[in-house]
Amino acid sequence: MIRLNNIHKSYEMGSNSLHVLKGIDLNIEQGDFVSIMGSSGSGKSTLLNILGMLDNYDKGTYHLSGNLIANMSEKKAAKYRNDMVGFVFQSFNLISFKNAMENVALPLYYKGVPRKKRNQIAMEYLEKLGLKEWANHMPSEMSGGQKQRVAIARALISQPKIILADEPTGALDTATSYEVMEILKEINASGITVIIVTHEHDIAAMTRQIIRLKDGLIHEIIRNGELKQFQKNYMKELETA
Amino acid sequence: MFDIDIWQEILATIKKNKMRTFLTGFSVAWGIFMLMILLGSGNGLSNGVAANFMNDAVNAMWIWTGETTIPYQGMKTGRPIQFHNEDQEIIKKVSGVGVTSGRFFMGNTRYSYNKESGEYTTITCQPELKDVENLILDEGRFINQIDILQKRKVVVLGADIKTALFKDSTALGEYVNINKVPFKVIGISREPGSTKNRNAYMPLSTAQMIFSGSNRLHNLALTINAETLEESQAIEEQVRNALGRQHKFDPKDEGAIGLFNKLERYIQTMKIFQAIKIFIWIIGIGTLIAGIVGVSNIMLIVVKERTKEIGIRKAIGASPASVIGLILLESILITTIAGYIGLVLGTGLMELINYFMVQSAGAGAAQASEQGNTMFLNPTVDINIAIYATLLLIVAGAIAGYIPAKRAASIKPIVALRDE
Repeated sequence: MIRLNNIHKSYEMGSNSLHVLKGIDLNIEQGDFVSIMGSSGSGKSTLLNILGMLDNYDKGTYHLSGNLIANMSEKKAAKYRNDMVGFVFQSFNLISFKNAMENVALPLYYKGVPRKKRNQIAMEYLEKLGLKEWANHMPSEMSGGQKQRVAIARALISQPKIILADEPTGALDTATSYEVMEILKEINASGITVIIVTHEHDIAAMTRQIIRLKDGLIHEIIRNGELKQFQKNYMKELETA
Repeated sequence: MFDIDIWQEILATIKKNKMRTFLTGFSVAWGIFMLMILLGSGNGLSNGVAANFMNDAVNAMWIWTGETTIPYQGMKTGRPIQFHNEDQEIIKKVSGVGVTSGRFFMGNTRYSYNKESGEYTTITCQPELKDVENLILDEGRFINQIDILQKRKVVVLGADIKTALFKDSTALGEYVNINKVPFKVIGISREPGSTKNRNAYMPLSTAQMIFSGSNRLHNLALTINAETLEESQAIEEQVRNALGRQHKFDPKDEGAIGLFNKLERYIQTMKIFQAIKIFIWIIGIGTLIAGIVGVSNIMLIVVKERTKEIGIRKAIGASPASVIGLILLESILITTIAGYIGLVLGTGLMELINYFMVQSAGAGAAQASEQGNTMFLNPTVDINIAIYATLLLIVAGAIAGYIPAKRAASIKPIVALRDE
């Protein structure tokens, strides 16, 4: 599904060059549920941006579903994003002057789906996420958890192969965070690859593979048995907290 | 690009910033408003002056006699020049000359009908004078060629003479005594743009016969066919040369014959108005540019404010073209609507001024005021200008939105991921 080979990325900061990713090799298979962890500056957000085709990389290769993602025009990148990827953001990033249904329907607008049809589909997705009666509410009238559910519905509506979530629970309280994670788990169960960036261990513990980044390199990949241990540790921590 | 959604989005953003949108639009509306008022005033002035010219044919020329002021072929100065009927034939042969009419002055003549009488100016002429002076006939007809050939004793009375002599009774077909000679009234005339119609017109040949004019002429009235100043001046020179040969005076002698070339004045005046019009457009467009810069500025701020939103849109699949369209259309919408309001208000104001001017001019005519001439007439802007202005607005909106739209298109979708 996702094949990263020796990905390098640096940012020009005036005269200095900041080398953020120093050679990432990574394979993520269809249906994986992955969390990317790491301290700030470790390059986890940059990695997610590259995976989501929001940013270019300097060196290496990135294949998504067998297609090489490199040097695309803005227009092509927009189309790929629209077709392949759904984004969920920490700050929800709903458009404030559109109601929930219109927000959810927006990706279909860029796909050229007629208004009636896309609003109907948007209602279906809102219903799935239990927000049917909130369809005509503006984002400012909703709670954080509701907003994030709207954002998830928006990410799902274009039926992407991958959901990329950047700190999806960062702005939510614990109970709501777990609700959102439950939804993401369900999405993953339906066969969609879910990749989240988080710095919260308990959130990461709910995924099935944890990639730890350190100084622009993959420090460790936790899965299977090690993951059980990891989960145990952090579940315990949770209970004591 | 032109579906309902994009308009909904634009309206939503405009609604969010009503005051800002209003102020932005105001600068554009003001620019167009001023342009329309300037253009309207320019048109009014131009129309007014043109209308004054129209009192006679625009291409009229009058020639009258004087005394020589330059010695020529051994003859000294101060020699009086006298036109005769053959001079008219000479003028007719000059290329570029249209219709001609000789005129013989009789001085003041006494008109009487029954017990009423008065002294009026008699203009003796040929049928062509009607075209030179743009005379309007209220009743009857003007002098025709048969009147000239048969030396008929007929007269066309100015409207005021008719009123004075005949009051309300019919004048047409009656006989008036002119210096005690009876003449049949064949028409009642008015001069355009004048409130005094105290001239009477009589066939030249009749007047020369009855009032001992022999074949003398005082004055020649003609029209010339010229498009440009140069052509009209060339005709003028040919006329001078032809008459100079006939009467043996230096063609450059301004005193020997007097000559008034109306077309020359007209062309010169219209050139001035053309220059004024260009000047008005420059000022108007300058004002408009100030408005455009304002809109552009606001749109830049809008793009800046919406950076994150545009980033989100791009992250979920908006193409650069759709983002450019969004900003460009908003800019065009603001300028076009605001501009149109300015356009309507500006032309409306000029129409209103025109309405009141027509009203007061009507009242003025009713009081038979002495001043018949107006320097300001129909100060309105025609529909073509309004259409051009509308196109100008759309272009202006596109220009105003261009830089902001380009900036919006260059926004990276990563900004959507950044937290503020």
